[in-house]
Amino acid sequence: MANKLETLIESLNGVLGADRIATLKCELNEVTIEVPAARWHETALLLRDDAALHFESCVDVCGMDYSAYGDGIWEGPRFASVYHLISYKHNIRLRVRVFCTDDDFPVLDSVVDVWNGVNWFEREAFDLFGILFQGHPDLRRILTDYGFVGHPFRKDFPLSGYVEMRYDPEQKRVIYQPVTIEPREITPRIIREENYGGC
Amino acid sequence: MAAEIRNYTLNFGPQHPAAHGVLRLVLELDGEVVERADPHIGLLHRGTEKLAESKTFIQSLPYMDRLDYVSMMANEHAYCMAIEKMLGLEVPLRAQYIRVMFDEITRILNHLLWLGAHALDCGAMTMFLYCFREREDLMDCYEAVSGARLHAAYYRPGGVYRDLPDEMPKYEASKLRNAEAIKKLNYNREGSLLDFIEDFTNRFPTYVDEYETLLTDNRVWKQRTVGIGVVTPERALQLGMTGAMLRGSGIAWDLRKKQPYEVYDRLDFDIPVGVNGDCYDRYLVRVEEMRQSNRIIKQCVAWLKANKGPVIVDNHKVAPPSRDAMKSNMEELIHHFKLFTEGMHVPASEAYAAVEHPKGEFGIYLVSDGANKPYRLKIRAPGYAHLSSLDEMSRGHMISDVVAIIGTQDIVFGEVDR
Repeated sequence: MANKLETLIESLNGVLGADRIATLKCELNEVTIEVPAARWHETALLLRDDAALHFESCVDVCGMDYSAYGDGIWEGPRFASVYHLISYKHNIRLRVRVFCTDDDFPVLDSVVDVWNGVNWFEREAFDLFGILFQGHPDLRRILTDYGFVGHPFRKDFPLSGYVEMRYDPEQKRVIYQPVTIEPREITPRIIREENYGGC
Repeated sequence: MAAEIRNYTLNFGPQHPAAHGVLRLVLELDGEVVERADPHIGLLHRGTEKLAESKTFIQSLPYMDRLDYVSMMANEHAYCMAIEKMLGLEVPLRAQYIRVMFDEITRILNHLLWLGAHALDCGAMTMFLYCFREREDLMDCYEAVSGARLHAAYYRPGGVYRDLPDEMPKYEASKLRNAEAIKKLNYNREGSLLDFIEDFTNRFPTYVDEYETLLTDNRVWKQRTVGIGVVTPERALQLGMTGAMLRGSGIAWDLRKKQPYEVYDRLDFDIPVGVNGDCYDRYLVRVEEMRQSNRIIKQCVAWLKANKGPVIVDNHKVAPPSRDAMKSNMEELIHHFKLFTEGMHVPASEAYAAVEHPKGEFGIYLVSDGANKPYRLKIRAPGYAHLSSLDEMSRGHMISDVVAIIGTQDIVFGEVDR
């Protein structure tokens, strides 16, 4: 396993070169690279087509909002998209993180033409995080309701949302109204300081 | 005078029995031929991933059951594996065997429901009844071990919640059945849970033969499935297909073999692979998978009968202490209290853990910033990727084939919508 990861890191460095890899980490037997947004599409093509890498399938695309990471210690860009690639030929996985350069208007190149299967995953990231994928053939909302406003998985979107739906017997139809439940937190979120309790 | 030809747009679902849940499908038809299929999903979207961000790691475990609600424990497995990876936990061997055994029980449960519902969609009524007969036994196993027939919440980070019971719950006398009938029902429930499962594994191959007698050479079944929804291996990879959808197209890929987790590398089983990549091949693959699962369960039962041991790690920062210890020892009481109020802390890191779920690759991508709650939990549901290929698979097919294609994809909306 360790051997395989070393080979992967070597070929990543060799094929992609320093200007396409912002950072490269290998933790918990998983290799993560960060790719600058401007070079993402060409990098994706290389990752798929180069014989030494050969990541023929994209398993997952995950939108990320880092704004609340570590209760405010995050200083990098807010939005990112995380791709999990798999090479069936070499039996190895790779994680690629691409940060959106503009926090207020997150845009990334779509890779639907590289891996056709990411179509819905990119739609999902757009729906839930508001990341725009340039070049996506059909960037509509997918999981939220028709006519939904906002991007619910952003950290500044409340868990209970803004509107609720109910049947109104007077109007004899389903209506939207502002939420009536009060958000509450049962278990507080705690990050312990380093070396807490000596462990 | 030439007849006027018009394309129809047909709304299929969300309340259609063949839609397998709440799928709304907008079909553009040219006569009876599908020109475009546009699935509208999200009608069951509950925001599991967002909810998990506001709950401790243990609190969101039962949500996993509710993702793919026909293969509950397999979902929990991926979630627990992600946490274990980040914590660097070594799961006790007995717990690993129990997990593998229940993963395979779950696989049979899932494939039985799939087979019954898929066959029912294609017009074979009897299959549904046969499949549910066997599901009943397996759900009794779920109940015996966790107390719940569906939403088990049995796997925990670090192992499983408790050891297998020594006694199988029995049917009790009632107004409806006399003592003799009860005795007949209980004949295989006299021993432990493992005895019951062993008895099931001995019976199950004959049941699979029964299903195959009904379907495999059935002319109607073949007409409905052979050559329908063909996916070439290249397209299967491009579309991100996994599991039986990939193997049906002839790619021998199974995480249990290729990236073995738990004790799969110690067990003897084969990976069935299809040839043509059509609905019929995927049917054959899944039926054979049930036989292979049965083999795995047998090996697990034999090992579990012979070997005792702990079923959850001893680390009380992750797993609760025993009730006895908790009530007699101050330190254990504190551990218990802290674990169930504040929860465990997972070091700041990220991990992706995938299992070979009955439907394909089910992955959990977990990001933690060191808090007692996940920073981000992403569920990679196999059905999501499969359903996105429905458009491509159903193009040019008749509208009745769409039903067969939805069936073959083994869609469950709990996981697609999350």
